[in-house]
Amino acid sequence: MAAFIVRRLLQSILVMLVVAFVAFLLFNYVGDPINNMVGQETTTLERDALRERLGLNDPFYVQFLRFVGNAVQGEFGISYRLARPVEDLLAERLPATLELSIVSALIAMGVGLAMGVYTALNRDGWLSRAFMFGSLVGVSLPTFLIGILLIYVFAVELRWLPSFGRGQVVHIGWWTTGLLTASGLKALIMPSITLALFQMTLIMRLVRAEMLEVLRTDYIKFARARGLTNRAIHFGHALKNTMVPVITITGLQLGAIIAFAIITETVFQWPGMGLMFIQAVQFADIPVMSGYLVLIAFFFVVINLVVDLSYYAVDPRLRVESARGAGGH
Amino acid sequence: MTIQDRDGPPSHAAPAEELAVGPPGVFARALDSDLWHSFKRSPVTVIAAVVTVLFLVGALFAPLLAPYDPFDPATLILMDGFTPPMTEGFSGNVFWLGTDDQGRDIFSAILYGARISLMVGFAAVTFGMVLGVSLGLLAGYVGGWVDGLIMRVADIFLSFPTILIALLVDGVARAVVPSAFHDTLAIYVLIFAIGVSTWVQYARTVRGSTLVEKNKEYVQAARVIGIHPGLIMLRHVLPNVMGPVLVIATIGLALAIITEATLSFLGIGAPPTRPSLGTLIRIGNDFLFSGEWWITFFPGIALLVLALSVNLLGDWLRDALNPKLR
Repeated sequence: MAAFIVRRLLQSILVMLVVAFVAFLLFNYVGDPINNMVGQETTTLERDALRERLGLNDPFYVQFLRFVGNAVQGEFGISYRLARPVEDLLAERLPATLELSIVSALIAMGVGLAMGVYTALNRDGWLSRAFMFGSLVGVSLPTFLIGILLIYVFAVELRWLPSFGRGQVVHIGWWTTGLLTASGLKALIMPSITLALFQMTLIMRLVRAEMLEVLRTDYIKFARARGLTNRAIHFGHALKNTMVPVITITGLQLGAIIAFAIITETVFQWPGMGLMFIQAVQFADIPVMSGYLVLIAFFFVVINLVVDLSYYAVDPRLRVESARGAGGH
Repeated sequence: MTIQDRDGPPSHAAPAEELAVGPPGVFARALDSDLWHSFKRSPVTVIAAVVTVLFLVGALFAPLLAPYDPFDPATLILMDGFTPPMTEGFSGNVFWLGTDDQGRDIFSAILYGARISLMVGFAAVTFGMVLGVSLGLLAGYVGGWVDGLIMRVADIFLSFPTILIALLVDGVARAVVPSAFHDTLAIYVLIFAIGVSTWVQYARTVRGSTLVEKNKEYVQAARVIGIHPGLIMLRHVLPNVMGPVLVIATIGLALAIITEATLSFLGIGAPPTRPSLGTLIRIGNDFLFSGEWWITFFPGIALLVLALSVNLLGDWLRDALNPKLR
């Protein structure tokens, strides 16, 4: 167990270092950082002085170590476009993205689970078939198209819901939340559904497949032979055993939701980190890009780590097998 | 992915010498009859195939089929802008699917857009496949630290969703490319970004099957008679690990088309001068609020139908080639 945790931790640190290295290369070698900071009338002498002062003449590894040191303390430099510290910008936008992602994850999990169980128990019902076909369309339907469709129907034609922004937000310390105002909740409806839809189809298919597999096993047949009610068999015995892989995949999907939020945020002009990242890409705002890169990698590494460890805790079989390598399935 | 269960016909088919010439024919014939039967039995698949072929033909022959050339400024009539579908524009021309703000025919733009979308999709899948298959072969056949290195890199890629990797690679590549070349190089940047984001799947699958094939007698025989390892990998191992790769590639094509459309929609993909379906949707999105729904609606439908058809084909191919799933 200890060896497993240590190895996973080392792996996570390695991933972070690689990502930090990419971000560092981007930050230091794409364009000239000095050129991006000073005006045109700055003399060569002043530029050299600034270069020396910022440590850009130091050896490569010293600069990289300094970059990592700063990143650990949450410093990523000044945005070229907005002329403000990147960490402030990210902190400002973090609540919007997290709120959207978490609400979407909850919707996807709740609805996906219910639909998955339903389609597994009523395999040939017309509603199940409709769900299954719908999920296939859902997989082929790009996120941004869903968003556009929703906007057209509910914002342009029916005028029920706002098409952009977060509505009114409430400040709680440095955190801003739209969950406490009516306009904030209204603004959240369409983006969260858009973001949840793809994951929902995924969770539904997964739950269905796992459930069907479990229903074929001997202990379920035995439970039937014992004369237990369908309800007890389906929800007490079958569902419990389908939950392990479902929780793992859903956990991992939380990362995917944060990534897909980039698209949803752009469609709905949701003021989160993803929208800021896309704008940074369009304007070649390197510090914001590298800051976002490191932060999102950190999220992913933490999520992966937590999911792996919890999986390990939940499924005793892994403890036997994990003596060699965690890869493959 | 399950690979071990389908090493049937090709690997036992012939001794090493003959295999070098024979495998595609043997492979194709062995699968052809089975595939054809399951193809005929599934009407949905037939429809999907027909639609996909229609798209391919439309994209390939866009210059011949399109009623207008939407990207020739000389033939554009600005006064035709915002003509609704099936109506006569200012110039008296009839536009089946309407026109956009600059009077470009939406139907023609979709044909040309599908051309770009499919081109980027195919190129990205090919690039990702070649990269992944080579690295997978190398990792599986050579083993040792090469294997370790490639698989650790694969692990890093695997911990992020492909769309995010494509976005980041695309963003970084755009930052590296001077802005003067953005429009000309955008298509290649797209292909590179999407290809790089997908290689891991191929590499892992191929590595797995290579590890199995490596210990089979025909490979050992080839090694004993002193054939160069590179040649063994290319001529003997490669044909026997390609089956699952083709399935991944078909499903990957739908994914690549969607990823391309997404990047273009976000404004960091195909430029407005050479719009893909995603770019067309992005352009149309600006006019959604003023009621010109057709500019974004028809390209959107085209994208959905194309992605759905390719997805259905991929699903069918996976089920047909993998009897274990039934």
